[in-house]
Order: sequence, then structure tokens, then C-alpha cells
Amino acid sequence: MSELNELYQEVILEHNKNPRNFGEIKDANRTAEGNNPLCGDQLKLYLRIEDNIIKDISFVGQGCAISKASASMMTQAVKNKTCEEAEKLFSEFHKMVTGKLDPETEENSLGKLKVFAGVLEFPARVKCASLSWHTLHAALNNEKMASTE
Amino acid sequence: MRQDLGLKLLDSSPKKPFDVERIRADFPVLSQNMNGKPLAYLDNAASAQVPKVVIERIHEYLTKEHANIHRGVYYLSQKATTAYESAREKIKRFINAREAEECIFVRGCTEAINLVAYSFGRRFIENGDEIVLSQMEHHANIIPWQTIAEEKGARLRIIPINERGELVLEEFENLLNERTKIVAITHVSNSLGTVNPIKQIISIAHKFGIPVCVDGAQAIPHFRVDVQEIDADFYAFSGHKMFGPTGIGVLYGKRKWLEEMPPYQTGGGMIRRVTFEKTTFAPIPEKFEAGTPAIMGAIGLGAAVDYLNSIDFEAASEYEKELLEYATEQISNIEGVRIIGTAKEKASVLSFVIENIHPHDIGTILDQQGIAIRAGHHCAQPVMDFFKIPATARASFAFYNTKQEVDRLIEAIKKTVEIFS
Repeated sequence: MSELNELYQEVILEHNKNPRNFGEIKDANRTAEGNNPLCGDQLKLYLRIEDNIIKDISFVGQGCAISKASASMMTQAVKNKTCEEAEKLFSEFHKMVTGKLDPETEENSLGKLKVFAGVLEFPARVKCASLSWHTLHAALNNEKMASTE
Repeated sequence: MRQDLGLKLLDSSPKKPFDVERIRADFPVLSQNMNGKPLAYLDNAASAQVPKVVIERIHEYLTKEHANIHRGVYYLSQKATTAYESAREKIKRFINAREAEECIFVRGCTEAINLVAYSFGRRFIENGDEIVLSQMEHHANIIPWQTIAEEKGARLRIIPINERGELVLEEFENLLNERTKIVAITHVSNSLGTVNPIKQIISIAHKFGIPVCVDGAQAIPHFRVDVQEIDADFYAFSGHKMFGPTGIGVLYGKRKWLEEMPPYQTGGGMIRRVTFEKTTFAPIPEKFEAGTPAIMGAIGLGAAVDYLNSIDFEAASEYEKELLEYATEQISNIEGVRIIGTAKEKASVLSFVIENIHPHDIGTILDQQGIAIRAGHHCAQPVMDFFKIPATARASFAFYNTKQEVDRLIEAIKKTVEIFS
């Protein structure tokens, strides 16, 4: 179970149970939808961006524990960040879960998000962790849809 | 004395118990570990494992018999042709087709259904016609029909299912009319395990003069199918679900239909005469086997049929039933678990969901325990929609699975519940 513990860490299980920023934002001025056709996970992001800053962000959707926890922690991580800072986090997160960035030895601003490094050992689950980030990336680029395929 | 004699007679009459350990020894893949635990392979509805005799037969073919079939004037080609055609003969006997020519080799069940949809559809389906399917179909028995229906301006009519995952047969007859050109239906549901009363369905359709195409992919590995007895017009199945290799499958079709249907693909090996003005086609089965077929696959599938004939297939079916009953009983005792598909007649498929735990998380945790199951929509999204769930976790058994493996499955599910509690 040692590897499992690396994937289903307490913080991930907790965010799965009590996702933060879950629900619709009424005054959102940017939305994007993400889906993972492989497993049917669906996610919708709501953002309120003012002066290039993500003032508010939330999500709705259904998915596994990994995708739900990742979305929850993503919204916390990028709230009140500039769009560029959020994009940088997206890029670092993406590199981490695909094995191109070692968060322990290389410089990064991932902070708590490092908890998802373990997903690397579970290739079938990488897309679960990155769905919300791909959707954020789409929203920041004014695209309506993101897909992990 | 008399009593003794009586007992002796009684002793000799019951069937020998099914020896699962002896069967397991026939499947090399089963003896390995996965993630440091003995492999419990419970994803047989996706693909079954292959017995040693099939592996050896393929090895022998590649080592000693390979050449392209038909038209070869040399010894090796004739040997390959004989092996390929004798595999067709084995299939014919296994499903009790009238003639070997009615058994077309295809890539798999999906290609078999595509063949019928496009070829039968092109010839017989017209604007305004109707095709009857059911709510429990695999995507492979939906999309080909949807595609030909769109092309021809025909429409799909759907037989509903009930909460247990059984067809609502009373509705079926109401769907049939003079515009119905074909009924395409599964014998056994891959996501629910439901065994449909296929003989009855076919007989109802035949009352209206409507042919029936049966998706038999999930039936063939679990019990004897006699295509003449059920009177199927078409019966499609895959080799890799019945302990043969991937890349080979069979479409059984009644001669009278196959002869009237145009080729599905064209090319080498399926013609009588070709000029730039006109081509005349070879008779069945060659008409439907354009290009070099999966010779190795067909021979491997023939060996899988030999294997199934060599074991007591009826006893194996019974054993699987016991296994399913045991697993169903055990899993029902776990709080929060709900079985999806509770039909009275089921093949060994156990689909389930756990409250507040996504099937993919179940799949990953079970994988770490060495247990291979499938999690997802099982290419049956209309079934998921009906039950208002995104996905299920599915354990599916073969006759080489054991009660101990079921126990491990149950333990691992309990552990999953614990992790997420």
C-alpha cells in the first residue's frame, strides 16, 4: 500500500470529501468546460477576472477523487493570482505530473500542489489530475472547451 | 449388498466436481504477480486469457506452416490454407452452423456488426425504415446502425430496460412494424451481465419476417450457443473473449442473407473475375474476406475451440454461475455497495458502484492489491444514463477464477471503503 498512500494522501482524500470553491459563481466573466472522454469526467470552471487578476474561481462537475481534489486545490492555488502566474503554475503542474519536473530538486512555486507528484506512478490517472488545469489553461486563453485527449 | 450397489450407482452418476486448479495450470499468464501480489484477473469481459495450447498452436503455425493462403500452388501454402479452413470448420461445429461457408472470419465482433450494418444496410435499408436496438447495447452495436440510419434516412427504435437491467419484452413487439428492417440485439450485456431470452426475441421478430443480428461477444465464452436452435440470422463474436487471440472474430450469417448482401470490403481474394468494366465476386465466405485474412488468428481461434471442447464446458458454465452467486452474495453484504444489473438470468459479470467513491478510484486501489477489474462506462453510455451514473466498477469472471480471488476482491473493496471513509 506504500505507493497507494502516495497517491491517496490525506490532503487529497480531504479535498475530495470537502471540495473548496465548489459551485457556480453568478458574476463569472469567463467559463470553460473540460472533459476526459476516456473516463467521462466532466468539469466546468467559472472565473471572474478583473485587471488581469483571477478575483474568484469555482468549479462544478463529477469525477474521481484525484480529479475532484486536483480541481479543488487548483482553485485555491490560483485565486488572486495574475493570469500569467496561473499559467506558470499550470505549466509547472503539467511538467510535474508528466515527469518533466522534479518538484523536490527543481525550482518551482507548486507548494501544496506537490502532493500530486505521486500520480506519476499511475499513468492511467495522470489525466485525472490534470483535467482541471487543462480547463483553466483553456479559460485563460478564451477557449470554451478543454479535453485531455 | 443391495444398498451397497445402490450407493455405488449413485456415486458414479453425479458429475465430477469442476477442477479449477487443473484448468488454471493451462493458462500461463495467471501464475504471475501484479504490483507484488498474485494476479487476480477479473476483467474477462474485456478480454479473456489464452491457454497454453493456443499459444503453442500459434507458435507451431509460425514455425512450420506460415504462407499466404489460397491460390498458392506450393505445399506450404496448401498447408496454411488447410489449417485456416479447418479452423472455419471447427467454428461451424462449435456454434452448430449449417455450413462452414456461413462463418465469415473478421477482425472481431465490432467488425462483424459493422459488416452487417453496412452490407445489409446498403442492400435492404431505405429512407423511412426502422432499426430496432435495445437500451443495453454496447457502442459497437449502436454506432454502426446509427451511421447507416443517418446515411439512409432511417431511424433507431430502442427496446427499454427495467431497473434490474432486463429488457421490457412487452414493449419489444410494439416496436415492430412493416418499416422494421432488422433487430440488432445483444445476447449478454457486457455492462450488466443480463442474459437475454434470445430465442424468444428472434421468434417474435421472425413472426414479423424481420431478421435478427445478435451481438454474441459476451455469450460465447460462457455457455454453448447453437445458432440454428436460436435461429439467429446473424451472430457476431470475438476470438479474444473466448480464450483465443485478438484480431480475429466471426460473423455467422444465414446463407440466404449473405448471398444477397454486397461485399463489405473489396480487394484481393474475394473475386471471380475482374476487368475495368465489371467485377464478379467469389461466393461466400470469400466474398466477405477481402485481402489476406488473419490466418494466424483464425488458426489460434480454432485451437481455442479445441480447448473448450476438451474441457467440460457445461461444468465450467455451472462453476461460473456458482462463482457469480458467491460474489454477488458477498458484495451485497458490504455497506454502500450497489450492484448494477440484477437480472434473474445473468452471465458472470458483476457491475457495482460504491457510494461516494468513483469507480476509477476503486480500480486503482484494487490494482495495487493485484486485482484487475475494469472501471468506466464499458462502452455502454446509454446504460449509464439509464441508471444515472457516470461509470461502474466491473468484475467479470471466467471458469479459471476462484472463490479465493472473489474473497480477495471483497477484502479489497472493503479496504477501498475504509480509505475513503
